[in-house]
Amino acid sequence: MPKEALDPGIDLHKLSILNESGEVDKDLEPDLSDERLLRMHRAMVWGRQFDERMLKLQRGGRMGTFAPIKGQEASQIGAVSALEDEDWFVPSFRETAAEIWRGKKPEDILLVYAGYNEGGAIPEGVNNFPVTIPVGTQTLSAAGIAYAVQYQEKPQVVMVFFGDGATSEGDFHEAMNFAGVFTLPLIFLCQNNQWAISVPLKKQTRSQTLAQKAVAYGIPGIQVDGNDVLAVYAAAKEAADRARENEGPTLIECVTYRMSLHTTADDPSRYRTEEEVEAWEKKDPISRFQTYLMGKDILSEADLDSMNEEIKQEIEDAEKKWKEKTEDLTDPLVMFDYQYDTLPPYLKRQREELEEETSG
Amino acid sequence: MSKLTMIEALNLALKQEMEKDDMVVVLGEDVAVDGGVFRVTDGLLEAFGEKRVIDTPLAESAIVGASIGMAACGLKPVCEIQFSGFSYMTIHQLENHAARLRGRSCGRFHVPLVLRTPYGAGVRALEHHSESKEIYYAHTPGLKMVIPSSPRNARALLVSAIRDPDPVIFYESKANYRAFREEVPDEEESQPIGKAEVVREGKDLTVISYGAMLRRSLEAASQLEQEDGVSAEVIDLLTLSPMDDACFCDSLEKTGRVVVVHEAHRSFGAGAEIIARLMENSLLYLEAPVGRATGFDCTVPLYAREQAYLPGVDRIVRICRETLSF
Repeated sequence: MPKEALDPGIDLHKLSILNESGEVDKDLEPDLSDERLLRMHRAMVWGRQFDERMLKLQRGGRMGTFAPIKGQEASQIGAVSALEDEDWFVPSFRETAAEIWRGKKPEDILLVYAGYNEGGAIPEGVNNFPVTIPVGTQTLSAAGIAYAVQYQEKPQVVMVFFGDGATSEGDFHEAMNFAGVFTLPLIFLCQNNQWAISVPLKKQTRSQTLAQKAVAYGIPGIQVDGNDVLAVYAAAKEAADRARENEGPTLIECVTYRMSLHTTADDPSRYRTEEEVEAWEKKDPISRFQTYLMGKDILSEADLDSMNEEIKQEIEDAEKKWKEKTEDLTDPLVMFDYQYDTLPPYLKRQREELEEETSG
Repeated sequence: MSKLTMIEALNLALKQEMEKDDMVVVLGEDVAVDGGVFRVTDGLLEAFGEKRVIDTPLAESAIVGASIGMAACGLKPVCEIQFSGFSYMTIHQLENHAARLRGRSCGRFHVPLVLRTPYGAGVRALEHHSESKEIYYAHTPGLKMVIPSSPRNARALLVSAIRDPDPVIFYESKANYRAFREEVPDEEESQPIGKAEVVREGKDLTVISYGAMLRRSLEAASQLEQEDGVSAEVIDLLTLSPMDDACFCDSLEKTGRVVVVHEAHRSFGAGAEIIARLMENSLLYLEAPVGRATGFDCTVPLYAREQAYLPGVDRIVRICRETLSF
């Protein structure tokens, strides 16, 4: 009766293609057109600028609380750029750049954070799930969507976003297990940004990596440099291809950093040092990608300047649309819309009550 | 027509709806090979295969959470939580997503799932197998809460629940599962969610109940008639949310006196909401304070004492007499 070593049959790797200085590993470099690379770069810069602008709007009292994405642009754009339009995108609450890539209008994002439910509307045919706030719960929605897609034999895959904190939630483990058992076409995309509000990763888990949590569920797991957009894309593409071939789910851990606040209600100086933030700023996902693109001679300083101006203008346009939309949204009775398919009698009475109250 | 138990009647509803609509799937713990621990899903695996009759891992939040995703993506999942006492790990999924996806997405997604679960005391079970927590669900906007009382209405309401475009929590009384048989039509039958029924006409008093306590309420009504010459009307609520207050307010306006009977705890229970609606709509018809024959506000005891916890016929009769003599 010997004591034998067990082999779970799963190898764990860490993938990095573009280093901090913007040098690329030629063997691993994904085959992406110049046009696609520039589109990814623009989306990352767009996300960063929009984030900065939203922070100003919030600080100026013109918008409510939101969760900034600064530092996580590569994890988001690398991942969603590996999806096809008809695939499913299931976000948590810190995926603004990914949401915009998936077609969400920035004015609608502003609308939600300014307190209007209407910003959450999703057009028919767009396979995006709404933002989910309760941590980790959306992983199970995604498992159900993946089951439905598989059952209906649609050629779609599902990508669900969550953070390092979510890997402590039961729902995450239940979703990984469920997806593994049923070989679902699902990509678990973890943005490990090192902090769950004030709690660092080492207090979240004793595991050396989050990727290794896949081992327990019999599914592939991979850790990638989450500030390396090429590595994130390559890992996500491979996972999507596998899912599409009915080879089941994958866990991708993007090692990144939340350079900004948890939300605008947060004060990170209470729990982390400036030195730590500065060290991560050197690993900035956008600057290394720009170095790479300039090295390929497909981006110049002049291009950057004009792009920044364009984006600034586009954000201004979005703000204008946001304000125009807000002017039309004065009716509080909409709170009764979409409660049920058909409003039951007691709710009709309550709606009438509010109508009388507000008609003066 | 066949004489069926509630279990057989529920099975018939599932089988017929699955035959009609390929998007209906059944999932839960032990629902496939075993046919459910109470056999409600017996034979479905053989008839419809493992893609539609799914033995899930033992994880309640996953059963409901995945059902939400399935429902939002075109399926009509009927999930089973083996006992309602194990359903509390699903409440965050129901509250956060099932009840809200329609609103959060401004109508793009809706969640036509049914969560079936056996509830209630009276079957000499272990701890956690005897509770009635329907109010958790009835208090949540976006959910519907249905509690049938007999084989025939269980079948008809389950059919409606499966076809309903919104999430329906479907509480099945274990005490009624095999307690009696009733004629159930072989052909399709449904009945509307949100409608109560007067199951016994009367003029002196209205007794409002649902689920397993309905039969006790009917027995109490017969006893009151025989011993006191009292004519009691009995209402079967059938749906807790949306609650058919018009039905019981009309009855009060006829009888002037009301007793509410449920096995759930008294405080903040369905009775409290029923009383509030009676007051709001029909206060001037009330000739006595509304009586509450309910479970007590303590944890349901282990089975040696569960009957003392439950409102028995004697308790219901006593409270009816107090209301009548006020």
